[in-house]
Amino acid sequence: MWGFLGRRVLHSIWVLAAIIIVSFLVIRLIPGDPVVQMLGLQATPENIAAVNEDLGLDLPMGQQITSFVQRAFQGDLGTSIIKRAPVNDIVFDRLLPSVYLLLYATVLALIISVPLGALSAIYRNRVPDQIVRLTSMVSFAMPQFWLGLMLILLFAIQLDVLPSGGYGEGFGGILLHLTLPALTIGLYLAPQLMRTLRSSLIEAIDSDYVEAARSRGYRESRVVGKLAMRNALVPLISVLSINIGFLISGTVIVEVVFQVPGLGALLVQSVLNRDYPVIQGLILVFGAMVILVNILADAAYAVVDPRVRAGMAAE
Amino acid sequence: MRTLAWAGRRAVGLRGEAADLLRQAQTERRWSNVTLGVGIAIVGALAVAGFFASVIAPADPNAVDLTQRLLSPSGKHWMGTDPFGRDIFTRTLYAIRLDLIVVLIITYVPMVFGMIVGALAGYFRGWVDAVTIRVIDAFIAFPFIVLVIAVVAILGPGLQGVYIGVLAVGWTLYARLTRGDMLVLREQQFILAARTLGYSPRRVILRHAIPNLIRSNLVFSMADIVLNLLLLAGLSYLGLGVQAPTAELGAMVADGQSFLLQAWWVTTLPGVVIVVLGAGFSMIGDSLADRLGQKFGVVG
Repeated sequence: MWGFLGRRVLHSIWVLAAIIIVSFLVIRLIPGDPVVQMLGLQATPENIAAVNEDLGLDLPMGQQITSFVQRAFQGDLGTSIIKRAPVNDIVFDRLLPSVYLLLYATVLALIISVPLGALSAIYRNRVPDQIVRLTSMVSFAMPQFWLGLMLILLFAIQLDVLPSGGYGEGFGGILLHLTLPALTIGLYLAPQLMRTLRSSLIEAIDSDYVEAARSRGYRESRVVGKLAMRNALVPLISVLSINIGFLISGTVIVEVVFQVPGLGALLVQSVLNRDYPVIQGLILVFGAMVILVNILADAAYAVVDPRVRAGMAAE
Repeated sequence: MRTLAWAGRRAVGLRGEAADLLRQAQTERRWSNVTLGVGIAIVGALAVAGFFASVIAPADPNAVDLTQRLLSPSGKHWMGTDPFGRDIFTRTLYAIRLDLIVVLIITYVPMVFGMIVGALAGYFRGWVDAVTIRVIDAFIAFPFIVLVIAVVAILGPGLQGVYIGVLAVGWTLYARLTRGDMLVLREQQFILAARTLGYSPRRVILRHAIPNLIRSNLVFSMADIVLNLLLLAGLSYLGLGVQAPTAELGAMVADGQSFLLQAWWVTTLPGVVIVVLGAGFSMIGDSLADRLGQKFGVVG
């Protein structure tokens, strides 16, 4: 298993390299003198020299690359132009809200999609299935920022049961404040999980081992609920890991709508403020998150599905 | 005797199963016809409304009239007015036109490019393929919107950044799809025949392979259109895409969000239009995917 994971990590190196390149280029592709663009009205010669030195922009190109990579691995991401604080600290403060939001959204998506996906598979091509499929087509087309505002309108303004945004204190407070944002992302993810679950469950229901259990006289609820469902749930892991990019994209917008102090809101704010060192750092952090989730998903796959482990041993 | 009875039951059972399968296929076909029809009707109606915006619209999309702020929907203003007193129905029509044009460009230009890259990689294999697939994997793993925002950050907010950002990233999914198909296709008899005849790779790819690769790309493009619509609206909502005062559906949603309490329609109605338009495209895509035996969606 460790050998398998090791190979996956090696595979991720390509992704890592690409992320470093994009992050490296963000500042260097700005038309005109990037530092003057960044500083705007504060572009005095001293400030320009300071930023140039901080970001290593005064070095020859070859050295810029090596020093950038070196500093990225040391976790030194430069200094924010606007906040005048190390990018490291700024980004780190924003990391947890985003991670909580992603986890909460995934949990909600599973709670929504597992029963509905099962319903859709059991009543294949009948009314419940068609309702579920139609709803999933509509929700696929729903802009998250709009859905978020609609949830605010319903739950925060009309019903007044949940906060319209921000970030609470303590576990309960955070849970409460993140409910609507997590629901917004969860409702986007749920249809995709539902589709996968529907088709994998249909496949499982039609398979021989389920037929065998049925012919032994087990109750249908047990056959579907225990036997078919267990195998049908496995592909959800890979759907989740493939979707991590889309999930992060979702948090970018949703954090702005609900004013969650996370990485996504910071990214948008930094683009509008032209705070390039922060943008550069955020690209690295988002990239690292994607790689980490993919490796975790591979590990989870190996734990859940014995065939994957067997395949690894055979390799 | 018992064996015969068993065989009889078995035959009846099989016939029952076959009938069941047939019924299932028929329901699926009917469902697919309905969704295709409804989808085409929705997209068609909205496209016509958008393209004749200047004829249909009752007002000027950018005419500010502060005495007419935040009026609720009525006979005069079908969708009410926004915080600047502009007629939301008029702005919606113009926004549909803008969104459709931009979305078609940012979907189909990358599709053509991605198909060519994917076909080349799949046809030549070897190091061309190895490099291409690494680049594609790296792009696909990364959050799409973050990459596009990075390009917008470089070029400054506006449509230019959106165009270049999506063109830079959007081709990768098409390239991966086409490459996979091409790897299968290149081993088939007619491609081998074309190569044996000594046709140039250019001719084999363009005249023989591409016509067979285009269908799955078109199905996929329906899902991509929806995503790109949401992306364009999302970036404009964040203030990074289409800039004020130009009417764009996502930007219109943003216009109303500070007035959610007094004037729900400013935010709600343009969003409903996005949902309806997107649902129309996904219905078409879902139905086409069923017919061609493919999965509809971006992943999985």
